[in-house]
Amino acid sequence: MSIVVELDNVHKSFGTNTVLKGVSFAVPKGQVVAIIGQSGSGKSTALRCIDRLEIIDDGQIHVCGHQVHGADVDLRALRTDVGIVFQSYNLFPHLTVEQNVMLAPRAVKKRTKAEAAEISNRVLRQVGLLEKAQSYPEQLSGGQQQRVAIARSLAMEPKVMLFDEVTSALDPKLTGEVLRVIEALAADGMTMVLVTHEMEFAAKVADIVIFMHQGKVWETGPGSMLRDPRTPELKEFLAYGL
Amino acid sequence: MGRMIYEFDFSSVLAEWPQFLDGAWLTIQLSFPATVLGLCIGTLCAIGRRSSVRPLSRACGFYVEIIRNTPLLVQIFLVFFGLASLGWHVSAFGAALVSLVINVAAYTCEIMRAGMDSIHDGQIEAAECLGLTKAQVYWHVILLPAMENVYPALTSQFVLLMLASSITSQISVEELTAVASHVQSDTFRPFEAYILVAVAYLALSLLMRIGIWAFGQIVFARRRKIKVMG
Amino acid sequence: MISSGFNINHLYFLLNGALWTLCLSLIAFIGGGVAGGVVALCRISPVAPIRWLAYVYVQIIQGTPLLVLLFVSYFGLSIAGLTLSGLVAASISMVIYVSAYLGEIWRGCIQSVARTQWEAAECLALTRAQRLRLVILPQAVRIATPPTVGFMVQIVKNTSLASIVGFVELVRAGQLINNSIFQPFLIYLLIAGIYFAMCYPLSAWSRKLEGRLQYKMRPQPNT
Repeated sequence: MSIVVELDNVHKSFGTNTVLKGVSFAVPKGQVVAIIGQSGSGKSTALRCIDRLEIIDDGQIHVCGHQVHGADVDLRALRTDVGIVFQSYNLFPHLTVEQNVMLAPRAVKKRTKAEAAEISNRVLRQVGLLEKAQSYPEQLSGGQQQRVAIARSLAMEPKVMLFDEVTSALDPKLTGEVLRVIEALAADGMTMVLVTHEMEFAAKVADIVIFMHQGKVWETGPGSMLRDPRTPELKEFLAYGL
Repeated sequence: MGRMIYEFDFSSVLAEWPQFLDGAWLTIQLSFPATVLGLCIGTLCAIGRRSSVRPLSRACGFYVEIIRNTPLLVQIFLVFFGLASLGWHVSAFGAALVSLVINVAAYTCEIMRAGMDSIHDGQIEAAECLGLTKAQVYWHVILLPAMENVYPALTSQFVLLMLASSITSQISVEELTAVASHVQSDTFRPFEAYILVAVAYLALSLLMRIGIWAFGQIVFARRRKIKVMG
Repeated sequence: MISSGFNINHLYFLLNGALWTLCLSLIAFIGGGVAGGVVALCRISPVAPIRWLAYVYVQIIQGTPLLVLLFVSYFGLSIAGLTLSGLVAASISMVIYVSAYLGEIWRGCIQSVARTQWEAAECLALTRAQRLRLVILPQAVRIATPPTVGFMVQIVKNTSLASIVGFVELVRAGQLINNSIFQPFLIYLLIAGIYFAMCYPLSAWSRKLEGRLQYKMRPQPNT
């Protein structure tokens, strides 16, 4: 099985605060990796480093054959292969849902308007929001906006999708619709890395769960690990929640 | 006929530096009182603008709108030439000072009003419940915090006032720009004279910003102390 | 010319001056707007020397009175061997003046578009130019509209200084009339009224636009 994302002994500091202290893990193709941990454990930072939203201080990162560490990184090639969905959706408010989704395929992959429209229809249908194509983001609920954000990333046909706590900003009622979309994507074979607080979801959908603690990979295993934690830190985290 | 290449000669202009110094001093003599008076009157106007007494609020509103929608040059001419023609003679300096104060007070009013509007009602309620008099509440809870909030905007406004004082040269106030005009007619070097004056104004702007910042550091000691505590 | 009082011909002369005021204002706004756009983009450039140059330019222009800028342009023209013209000198100085102020206003508006929008566009593999053109600038334009309209008021008022170098706009027209009938109070009051009629609608419109978009207050120049 080929490795799509690989982190090797990654270190990252913000000023005097060291957030990642030697993080290593690998994401095989077609698998879902869930990263869990307390706030401040470095999980979001690790995810952002994969798409080079943060530049690491030491170590190596390889994504889809691209080198993400070091000075000379082909950002456009990297970001064409990596899709990322943010906690605050970040839809473009001045564009309709359809325009949001079609923007990158047209601008980056040079698709014609007709081709991009076809792609847009396909991905919007995938997330269940085709009827909202002409709406503006402000007219949608949080859950709907997040699903559009997922569609927007899918339109670029990425090889791996990153999800950064995508349900944390949502009303509990709305998280279900987003999680269902992510689950469907996983079933379709998309390689994914999810940073999440939804423990049950992680246990159900993830092939590999990584528990991060104080900037390191503390414990890793299959989803069942969450029902049977080994380290005391993970036990405590699961007992007391976030 | 070929065009002569212009030779810049700053020496004859620089030789007149005492005159420029006098001009700069007059600019300061205009700007500083205008700033202080403008701040006081502008603040009073802002209080009037927020008052629940309708005629007062509207009167202040009219004043602010009229000043902000007419040029300073016209305001200065009205005060100097206009009043003189009605029999009320004032000195050039006096007319300049009055016009500048009337002008900057209107802009200050709007800035202070925005600052005061940004103070939460909760603050005022808490102070009243602690037994402070209305005047005390106004000073400690509304005016001073408002001024601190809009301090950068006030700083920029007063620097703009100092730059605008250049217009008073048109009623023969012997400030910096007027001096340049005299020097250029003596030395036949107008370009150099005005470049020098531009540099002088830049220096004055910088000095003024530093001065206002320092004043703020003293008056609003809380911010400084918090920074030191870290 | 012997005239006893202010008559209808004088009013027409004033209104003609007002027309030239608007003309110069338009030149300043369009020329200054284009230059201001360049300044704003330079201010956010990833190339440090360009950023710094634009910063210095803005600081110099914003630290100099418009009147001095006007004189420098006027006398600079004669040095360059061109014919002295009040309109040309006023146009040049106002375009430079407007470019610095509008450039700063627009830079502020571009920077007030949330960082997360930049990130989202970046992660969709858009180039920097594409990010600016397709995502950031459309949002910045919306934010920039109220202060830009507000600044138009400053432009109209500042054209009054062109009278000092002989350009016959509204104030100069009034001065010429005053030279013959000598009624400064009436004439300047009328001039103030005409300026108010031109400026107040713009001010009111700017406030209305601002009401729709909440943003922090900015200082206005006194002139």
